Formats: sequence, C-alpha cells, structure tokens
Amino acid sequence: MSQKTADPVELLDRRLLFVTGKGGVGKTTVAAGLALRAASMGKRTLVGEIDAKGDLATFLEVGPLAFEERRVQENLYAMCMQTEESLKEYLRLQLKVPLLARIGPLARTFDFVASAAPGVKEILTVGKFCYEVRERNYDLVVVDASASGHVVSQLAAPQAINELVQVGLVRNQTTWMLDILGDPSLTGAVIVATPQEMPVTETIELRDRLAAETDVEIAAIVVNRVLPELFTDSEEAIFERFATDEGTAALADALDDSVTPLFDGARLAVTLRRTQARHLARLRRELDDSVGVLYLPELFTRAHGVRVTRLVADALGEELD
Amino acid sequence: MVATSRASGTTDTLEALAASREVLVTCGSGGVGKTTTAAAIAAMAAVHLGGKVLVVTVDPARRLATAMGIERFGNAETPIPPEAFAAVGVEPRGELSAAMLDTKASWDDLVARHAPDAATRDAILANPLYENISGRFVQSHDYIAMERLYDIHSSGRYDLIVVDTPPTRNAIDFLAAPERMADFFSSRLLRWLTAPYQSRVFTVASKPFMNVADRILGSQFLADIAEFFMLFQTMHDGFVERARAVQALLSERRTSFVVVSTLEAAPVAETTYFIDALADDQLHLGAIVLNKVLPAYLRSTNATHAARALTDRAEELAPGLGDVTEGLDAGPDDIARVLHEVADRFLDFQVVAKREAELRKDLADHADALATVPYLSDDIGDLGGLLEMGGHIWR
Repeated sequence: MSQKTADPVELLDRRLLFVTGKGGVGKTTVAAGLALRAASMGKRTLVGEIDAKGDLATFLEVGPLAFEERRVQENLYAMCMQTEESLKEYLRLQLKVPLLARIGPLARTFDFVASAAPGVKEILTVGKFCYEVRERNYDLVVVDASASGHVVSQLAAPQAINELVQVGLVRNQTTWMLDILGDPSLTGAVIVATPQEMPVTETIELRDRLAAETDVEIAAIVVNRVLPELFTDSEEAIFERFATDEGTAALADALDDSVTPLFDGARLAVTLRRTQARHLARLRRELDDSVGVLYLPELFTRAHGVRVTRLVADALGEELD
Repeated sequence: MVATSRASGTTDTLEALAASREVLVTCGSGGVGKTTTAAAIAAMAAVHLGGKVLVVTVDPARRLATAMGIERFGNAETPIPPEAFAAVGVEPRGELSAAMLDTKASWDDLVARHAPDAATRDAILANPLYENISGRFVQSHDYIAMERLYDIHSSGRYDLIVVDTPPTRNAIDFLAAPERMADFFSSRLLRWLTAPYQSRVFTVASKPFMNVADRILGSQFLADIAEFFMLFQTMHDGFVERARAVQALLSERRTSFVVVSTLEAAPVAETTYFIDALADDQLHLGAIVLNKVLPAYLRSTNATHAARALTDRAEELAPGLGDVTEGLDAGPDDIARVLHEVADRFLDFQVVAKREAELRKDLADHADALATVPYLSDDIGDLGGLLEMGGHIWR
C-alpha cells in the first residue's frame, strides 16, 4: 500500500520514525543514535521506548523514563510508553471525557478494556506518537518500536480499528492517525538488521508485510554491527602465508613470542566477515535499490551506555551526509 | 538482584535434564538462538535418549524445517524422516517430530473444543472481534502457546516436548497468560459489558460505563464486543479449568525452563530478569545456555603482549620475513600492514571476549546446568549442524 515519493525524503527530515527489526539487532541503540544525531543537528527531538524494558534509559544514561517526557540534553527529550497513562491522556485531550468517567470503571479496569477491545493498546501506543507529531510539539519523534512481529500489528491497528468501528469518537481518531502514518513526508519505518541469516530474512519479510498491511513507508534499512574488511586480495595472500605453521613459526621466532592465538583470532575475523558479506549481498539483492541502506560498523568498545550511543550517532551522521 | 534457584541440584547437564523431564521450555530475548537451541536439544534427546520427542516452535522457520529434512512443518506435528538422520550418519534411538505454533489455527481448535454446540462455534469463528483477537493481536500468542503445550502433553504421545516460547520482550507474559485468561473470563467488567444485551434493564453499576464506552467506541462495535463475549462465556467453565491446568503443568517438576542468552549486555539483562521471574513463580530453571560465545584464547594475556609487540615492531620485523612471502608480489610495507591488521583485530576481538567473560560471571550459579555454545561460523543448515550445536551443550 505504501506509495513511493518521487523525491525521497531525507531520513531525519521526516517527523515520525518507527525503528524496528528482529530482536537483538540493536533497535534501541539505533533509535537512541538517530535521536541524538537529530538533536545535535538542532532538531527538537523526542525519543520514546514502546516496550518499557528500560534499555533506552541505559543507552542515554538517564534514570528510569516515565510516560511524561523529560529533557535529556539540549533538544532531546525521552519518554517510555505506558498505555494506562496514554489512555488517560487520550481520554482527556482527545475524547474530552469528563473526569468522573475517567476515574470510574474505565480507569479501574484498564486491562480489561485493552483486552476486550482489541487494538486499543496498539492504538494508544501509536496514537501518542502521532499526536505529538500532529500538535507539532517536536521536529522529530523517534520511536524505539517493537520487534518485527509486533510492529506490524501496532502500525496496522488504526486501520483495523477503522474497519471495525464504523462510528464514534474512536473512528474519528483513527482517521487522522492514518493520515499521518500514511504520509511518507511525515512518517517512516526504519528497519534495523545485522548481517546474519535470520535478521536479513526477517528484514525482507518485514518490508513485505509493512507494505501489504500498513501505509507506513520504509524510510531506511540500517545494517548494524558490520565487521570491517580485513584484507585486500593481495594482503590476504600474505596473511595465508603467515597463517601456515612455517609462517607462524618464522614470525614467532622474529618476535620471540607465540603468535598462534593472534592468527586464530584473525582467521575467526576473516570467517565472520565472509559470512556477513554473503548475507549483505543477499540483502542488497532483495532490496534492489528500493530503499536506502545505512551501515554501522561493529564497535569494538568496552563502553556501553551513552558512549556507544554517541559513537552510533556519529556513524549515522557520516552515513547520512 | 538475581535469586538463586538451585533447587534440586540433581541435574547438572542438559542431558540429565532432558532425561528427567517431560517438558522443556526455552525462553530468552529475541535473536539469541532460542529456536535453534530448542531444536538442538530435541534432536539430541531423540538421538541419544530415545523415545518420542517433539519440538514446538513459534516461528515459521523454513530454514529450520529444511535443516531437519522436511519441506515445511505447520500446526500439525510432522515426523522427521529417518533418512534425514541417515544423511548425516546418525541412527537415532528415538523419534523426532516438529510442529509450529500457528496462533490462528490453535485458537480455532480451542473454540471447537470448548464450544457447547456447532452453532456457537460457528458464531464465534465468524465474529469480527474473534478474528482480530486470534490472529492480529499480540497477547493472545502467549496464552495459546501454553495452551497448545498442555494439549499435546495431555495427549500422552510424547516422552519429551521441547517448546520454544514467543519472543515476548516482557518475557514472563506467557507465564502469567493462563491466569490472566482465567481472570479475564471471570471479570466483573465482562458482565457489565454484556449486561445491556442480556437484559433490557441496565444495571445501575454498568450504566455510566456503557455511556462512556458508547461515546468512544460506537454502538455497533460495542454490540460486536458483547456478542463475542457472550458467546465466549458459554465456554467459560471449560476455559478457566483449562487455564488452571496449563498453569499447573508449568509449575510441576516434570517441567523445566531453559534460558538462552548471548553474552551481550541487553540479552544478559533480560536473562537476569527472567531468572528472577522464574524464581518468583517457583518455576524450575533447569539450564542456562550461552550461545555464540567467543573462544577462550581471545582472552589470553600472553597473547595481548604478543599483539602489542607485533603492533610496535611490525615495520622493524617485516624486512626480515621476506622468505615467508616468497613468490608473492609483497614488499616489507605490505607485510607490515598485514601484521598490523592481525594484531589490531586480535585486540579488537579481545575487548569483546573480555566483556563477554564479565557478563558470564553474572549468570553463573543460577541454574543447575550452564552450557556454552561457541561462535559457530555460520547458521545451522542441517540436522548435522543441530547435533553439532547440541554436542556442545549436552554434557
């Protein structure tokens, strides 16, 4: 369903980015990195975590995040999704439901409502971010969204509800949400992958499902943790000589130290890189230039937390320039 | 803080665990190799322990199916043909089957089983909400996975069932799912919601709720919801009883949990959380499987010295090493560059390997068995690969 724009919108010029991908590929790092990059470019940026696991707080090195956004640094605000809080805000701001009803059965039995009316939870989640975009509270909203399987349900929920609910306030609400989600100048999905078999396969499947089941355009694919190419062909020939027993022995003699683990390590690096190259080639072939691909290097750093986020933001900056 | 759950201490290998349990549930965060680990454990059990073994996965893992020598497997249990084992030179003592969790199909089965009559069943299956709950929305997967497990287990067809759980980020959701289902069907709100359709007189309690709900959702949608839950209520008793039975199976000693993780910060944090959650619910953590672990030689301090020395002296040594590259078009500069690269990459990977070792410390001592799978250079492509992986964790 997604429509191609003649003139591709620069990634950070969109207003709403949903960062997704297979579990474990570094969605949160990339979401935090994109937000940090945008903020350092002077954009007033909100980054929100959907699954309240606390990873985003770790990557920004701030205390636990709440539904109420907080300023993390200049131009950068962070929050985490709490559907119950979102429901309260929604009832108050959007539906203008009186206070009495809000503290009545609805609020007390939120869990029930969310389960009884399928899609409510998803709508509240996606709706909160759409609302921030509609109100122009930020230049950019970056969502650390759910993993592949769930994100389609979330992004498809407004459409599903729109079909189920023919009248009423909720119907009106989903209509404007769909307008924002379906406008590629405003909204885009960023799929994060790593150069491995399953993440690449899931990226392709996710691209197809997003196109078939939602109106959200894919803004970019980010390939995370790409290992550096070690050798050119001629260097590899040299390496292979040194990796033989005689070569290693000659070098060990000259250095007066064992170098076997070094060559085992380099061999491992070469093998991993080759495997990655194969999966990267498959990804490029499948994507066929239909969407921009950004590459982030494997970070051999002992740091985690905001230092990693900074490194990722810088690497993203280089890729986007 | 991680609670220790070394309850029995009787099993300290995955082999012993698999031999003494009827159900193994693998869990962990996404991308750590959970599905593959489940399949590897099941394959090892079928080969070495014998009996009838089933692995239930949540992913439509086509590659895994191919790896196990079958075209594909669906909601039905599919036996792995003996030829697939023969192809990798193994003669299993038992039999291995695989099934996938198809959420929608499993829900349909469940409705068919509990509906009081064919008319109710068809009405439920045709309800627009039912389609959404069963197919589209997330939480229903958690419950149906456990429900399916119970169903297969109580059929008595298998000696061991290995279940791969859905990649829920909130990892314990599926553990609470049976209880939540039971609560859900007993809830007062369900009565409120269906009240106006069951009787002409609104109860005093439900009226304000209905007014608000009607404004928000519209009356047609409310009617759909009400119809759905009225139909579902006819299955209430069977359903609640069933949910309790599922819960009981999970807490019994014949069920153990296997937490799978890689040694990266986020999966380890999730694993720690999971260890606590299992302990809180008094569920048995049988083993932790650490996947994709870098080899130990990368942590060697001697090698660090060698790598640093090589970096410092590559230019100095290169001219004297011409013999090694004899016949290649390689000058001392080329040799020095290659040696630098070798030393630098070693130091790079050493950083990662040391980080892994630190994280490993956090997880040791929390399960009866801690097993490690080394970094295998490629994804597993056949039954031999599964058994190779299994070989690393079995004893």
